[in-house]
Amino acid sequence: MIRSDFNAIYVIVARELIKFVREKGRLISTLARPLVWLFLVGGGMSKMVSPDMGVPYIQFIFPGIIGMTILFSSIFSSISIIWDKEFGFMKEMLAAPVSRFSIVVGKALSGTAVSTIQALVILLLFPVIGLKLGIIQILFILCISIILSFCLSALGILIATFYENFESFSVIMNFIVMPMFFLSGAMYPVRLLPPVLGIFTRINPLTYGIDALKYMVLPEKKLLTQDFPLGLDISVIAVTSVIFVVIAANVFERRK
Amino acid sequence: MSIITVENLTKKFGPIAAVDGISFGVEKGSIFGFLGPNGAGKTTTINILCTLLSLTSGKALIDGHDCMKESSEVRKKIGIVFQDNTLDKELTAYENLLFHSYLYNVPKNDRKPRIEDALNFVGLYERSNEPVKRFSGGMKRRLEVARSIVHQPKVLFLDEPTLGLDPQSRTSLWEFISKLPEKHGVTIFMTTHYMEEAEICNKIAIIDKGKIIAQGSPEDLKKMVGGDVIYLKTKDNRKAIKDIKEALNLDAEEQDGEIYLSAARGDACIPTLIQTLADMVISVRLQRPTLNDVFLKLTGKAIRPEAVSGGNEIKEAIRSYRRKFDK
Repeated sequence: MIRSDFNAIYVIVARELIKFVREKGRLISTLARPLVWLFLVGGGMSKMVSPDMGVPYIQFIFPGIIGMTILFSSIFSSISIIWDKEFGFMKEMLAAPVSRFSIVVGKALSGTAVSTIQALVILLLFPVIGLKLGIIQILFILCISIILSFCLSALGILIATFYENFESFSVIMNFIVMPMFFLSGAMYPVRLLPPVLGIFTRINPLTYGIDALKYMVLPEKKLLTQDFPLGLDISVIAVTSVIFVVIAANVFERRK
Repeated sequence: MSIITVENLTKKFGPIAAVDGISFGVEKGSIFGFLGPNGAGKTTTINILCTLLSLTSGKALIDGHDCMKESSEVRKKIGIVFQDNTLDKELTAYENLLFHSYLYNVPKNDRKPRIEDALNFVGLYERSNEPVKRFSGGMKRRLEVARSIVHQPKVLFLDEPTLGLDPQSRTSLWEFISKLPEKHGVTIFMTTHYMEEAEICNKIAIIDKGKIIAQGSPEDLKKMVGGDVIYLKTKDNRKAIKDIKEALNLDAEEQDGEIYLSAARGDACIPTLIQTLADMVISVRLQRPTLNDVFLKLTGKAIRPEAVSGGNEIKEAIRSYRRKFDK
């Protein structure tokens, strides 16, 4: 990697973080969604649903809620590419003597940074819902959050490359983001789903991320929470990340 | 020596040729104007030269580098002020330029002084640390010009730089732009459809429907529509016409109590005229052809500087819409 690419990646991430810090409302508003789901949905459902092995429902969905935080904030952060296109700032980046690859990686790392910060805020709520996590567990959860954030940010960029304007926003929300969330095992174990839907969960990278998070959050309840081996989870996330970045960089490279 | 060379450049979008076999060269250190109505192919040409669009056929070279094959070399050598605003409005003026200097790999120790120089040059140094969203349209444009010179490009592209600005901002922007070649040694390639703005160019190409229909210096182009016209009011028009014919061998005619004659260089002609007619002259005025007359003559229609598109307002609306969605 040459120096100019490194500079470009650095400055793209820096820009995103500066804006993230300045728009204080953004942090609060993006954290509101997982909080509502965790306490209003999770808390309410706990009275009705009781998974086996004595895990309260609110604890069962906790890894899923971390995954949700990462999903929404990564995809939204990447979709800022569409706003950049709309408001012209993208041209400033595309006309610069930097490789398209570094623009894509820079954008993906911006999403990673922003999402990981938010995931960490949600993660630190664990004592409130009665979970006990050791420092090692927290570090591992953080590591998984980082690679999952990168993967989903890269996916967001790939989605954004196909849209030219913001009107597609609700399409992306309703047909990509929400189904990805529900078909990820966040709210219920994947193996309970009918086989047809099971296929969708298996091609959903978020499933593997949440699976790995479940493993870390509730390690002694593996039978209940784990659908895939941890090694598979991490490999799937890593491989899909690379695929998303490469395709997105290629789409960017194409000149009309 | 030509720093931009374009040969037989064609760009087709499907069956439609937006740019149709144009050729021109731009001298180093000069100001080159690309003139034409909206949709003539100006922005398409700029986008090809800036390596943002591919070309269908022909050749485009900047400083000896092929715009298609050596895009990263070309990008290092050019600066661009796009038609639409491309600043990040949430960032400050300084931050926008800093972002740019990282993207263009400006050496670490040069970043601060160059950014400060550029901000000084366009008179925005005092407002370095203000977010761009508080800037007026004219200030944003000036900031974009400042940004485009931070990495010391060899060629600067300005696509309709004054579009949507009020007359005062336009004048002050041109002051900065016209100083650039001398001060920073750049070659300027600009497009505009304001004919009077093209007067500062050393060379102009007039483009219509994807084809260059004339090129040359503003003076050359104006000669195409004939020379200047001098209007005179005299105490005795008939005698004046006769005297002019005898002394200068120029044909003057009378219309509405005024006599008029055309001359290649009207300004140089006036002193002799007044000497010839002595104290018969009551008033003199000189009318010079404008580039608009040239365009009118070549295409049979005038370039109308149309009202600013509602684009910016729409974009602002989108922005607030977006904010709502984010929350």
